[in-house]
Amino acid sequence: MSKEGGGYKKFYLLGTDYVFPRTANKILRAFLVAKGVPADSIAEEYTPFNHQDYQTIVGKIKRFSQGGSACVLSTINGDSNVPFYKEFANQGLRSENAPIMAYSVAEDELRGMDSSALVGHLAAWNYFQSVETANNKKFVQAFKAYAKKQNLPGGDKRVTDDPMEAAYFGVYIWKQAVEKAKSFDVDPVRKAVYGQTFAAPSGTIKMHEYNQHTYRPVLIGEILKDGQFRIVSRTKGLVEPEPWSKYTSPDKGCDWINHQGTYQKKA
Amino acid sequence: MISRLTVLLSLVAWLAAGAASHAAAAPTPSPKVAAALTDLTGDDADKREAAVTVIGQTRDPKWIQFLSALRDGSVYTRARSGKTELVVGGTKATKGDQDVIDIASAYEREPLGTVPLTDLKEVPADRRLRLTIKPFLDADETQAQLADPDPNVRRGAAVKLGNQAVATAAPVVEEALKKESDRWVRHALAEALALIQLANGTPAQRAAAARSLGDLHSESAMPSLQRLAADTAASPAERAAAVMAIRGIERWGLLTRTVETLFQGASLASILLLMALGLAVVFGLMGVINMAHGELMALGAYSTFVVQNWFRAAWPSHFDSYFLVALPVSFLVAAAVGLVLERGVIRFLYGRPLETLLLTWGASLIIQQGLRLWFGAANVDVSSPSWLSGGVPVMVGLTLPYNRVFIIGLATAAVAAMYWLLFRTNAGLRIRAVTQNRAMSSCLGVRAGVVDATTFAFGAGLAGLAGCALTQIGNVGPSLGQNYIVDSFMVVVTGGVGKLAGTILASAGLGGLTKGIEPALGAVFGKVAILVGVILFLQRRPAGLFATRGRNAEA
Repeated sequence: MSKEGGGYKKFYLLGTDYVFPRTANKILRAFLVAKGVPADSIAEEYTPFNHQDYQTIVGKIKRFSQGGSACVLSTINGDSNVPFYKEFANQGLRSENAPIMAYSVAEDELRGMDSSALVGHLAAWNYFQSVETANNKKFVQAFKAYAKKQNLPGGDKRVTDDPMEAAYFGVYIWKQAVEKAKSFDVDPVRKAVYGQTFAAPSGTIKMHEYNQHTYRPVLIGEILKDGQFRIVSRTKGLVEPEPWSKYTSPDKGCDWINHQGTYQKKA
Repeated sequence: MISRLTVLLSLVAWLAAGAASHAAAAPTPSPKVAAALTDLTGDDADKREAAVTVIGQTRDPKWIQFLSALRDGSVYTRARSGKTELVVGGTKATKGDQDVIDIASAYEREPLGTVPLTDLKEVPADRRLRLTIKPFLDADETQAQLADPDPNVRRGAAVKLGNQAVATAAPVVEEALKKESDRWVRHALAEALALIQLANGTPAQRAAAARSLGDLHSESAMPSLQRLAADTAASPAERAAAVMAIRGIERWGLLTRTVETLFQGASLASILLLMALGLAVVFGLMGVINMAHGELMALGAYSTFVVQNWFRAAWPSHFDSYFLVALPVSFLVAAAVGLVLERGVIRFLYGRPLETLLLTWGASLIIQQGLRLWFGAANVDVSSPSWLSGGVPVMVGLTLPYNRVFIIGLATAAVAAMYWLLFRTNAGLRIRAVTQNRAMSSCLGVRAGVVDATTFAFGAGLAGLAGCALTQIGNVGPSLGQNYIVDSFMVVVTGGVGKLAGTILASAGLGGLTKGIEPALGAVFGKVAILVGVILFLQRRPAGLFATRGRNAEA
């Protein structure tokens, strides 16, 4: 929406039909409306899992994007992505005119796609393999070495992505919490998790003080031909997790210290 | 990306040659630029922003490239003999325990050797600075794109200029229009020019622009035309022209949408037909409920993947023709597996549909797991050859993707070949004889076993062919078969078991119907509606569109 982002004024929310895209788009829509985007500039559409035929939807996007300044926010999951991006490119739509911002496409998915149709489109994550930190370099090397040694399909051509990083630091956070709590029991460990920090590949991350969510950086990457991302935008520092969006559930909070998880905020 | 970069570089080289005098005179930058460069390394955000503007306004391609490097965060300063020097970083590497980087001079990009990263200090490009840089790079990029050898890139740039509708871009577009020979790029350029005039011209120009946009059937002009038509401050002539143009464009839009839906229906129908054709032979003619049909398709798709990798490794210069080799290979691989399946197990179970169902389902699990073990659980990447990427613009607002056009052709060819085989050859005669009355055929000297085996292998091969074609539309993964098997059965059952014409008609009907109702109902409910429709239809006509009649109806 910003000038730097391209100043897009029309938003096509496209997702696979299940709870994550539905909720994400609910929040996205509330956010866009709060920012003054008129409702007729927002389109929302869902497809079943494994949907393969995106002709009609791409046709709709094409008409929606006439006149410029339209972008697609995609929460399409799994293997519907290939037919979607292919159809998108084949019907003559280009990332310069109508970019797709994906929330479910990471490096490991790109490994199984013909990425030529995807070049220039965007994705938002908390980590990319292309993050330049010393920790990440070690992480990527260690993973490639592991994949090669274990003879995993793909060998040292394997890539790391956001969910891998999250799983990786998750174990370390748990280890630190166990050491702090001096116990393996769930409750003491859970309490010890709050506020833990760890030098993750994407930089130092921090657990929330009142719940089990994590402060992480938010990155936007542009897809390159080799299936990697060029980071085009990153937040300054860490972003506080928001278990309940202030756009859709302003009255709810999540606190495991003073409340039992979700609670009603006092007006 | 690579080609665009090379083009950009060559364009830069060309521009630089044109500005040779300028470039030759400026290894040491002008005092203004020199001052800007000093400001850039400072801490004052306002001064840095002004510095970027000064550098950008030189319109010197080399400085534009410098700004691009600055935006990417690869501009550094280093202290050298008491002075601060600006350098541009290139490839990074690790030497021992030290990170090193190739550096080059800021303007001429002369290599300055490789230095440890610790000797350099990055010139940070924060959000504000990147915002200032962007317009300079964009203008440069669009210019470069207008000269790109790929017409699609040129067209994209023209569309972008039209959407921005900035008055200063008009001469650039006019210039490009004079040089352009591609029909569709010319169209986009003319549209961009009219859009610019509509946004910035005099009333007379605006009326003319509205008329020409109407003639160009420009859907992208609709928002601005609608604004103009409703603008009470505009002259009546302008508004009348806008209203006329809107009407014309709407009529054209209706036409393109109709043609588009027809094509989409035909495309989906041809995909369904390809998937179901093999099953129509195996299930329809032979009566074998082949649950492994989807996996035979997956085998075809993976064969395509293997052929592709093989070409990529051994014969990269002929990569584009890999698909032509993959078509017969995938047919043969799937046919071979089908043959093994038939000779190995299925032949003992003819006439026992439930056992065959279980058996082929088991076979499908084995094949699926085998693929998973061999190729991994993740999807694999099958690239489209260049002649199947992109599309052909057939009319304004309608582009037909090559891969879909190809599949329509392939499906038609497969049906024609099958009809010829079944009804014009001796082998076909024997197949029909055995499937109609096995005992009588055997009595008359037809070797029923051989016919069964070849028929099953042929059906399996068709499945492989479909799998190969589907790599150009969707994914290739171990569970590919499961995604398609339901649709395949749906087509064959709706069409009527044992009738090829039924299969063809059913795929056409289902494809057309799906695409016809999807725009209104959406993908999820469209699918639901189709399934409900099929169920109701089968309630009324349990035998499908074309019921088998006569003596072998009960068999």
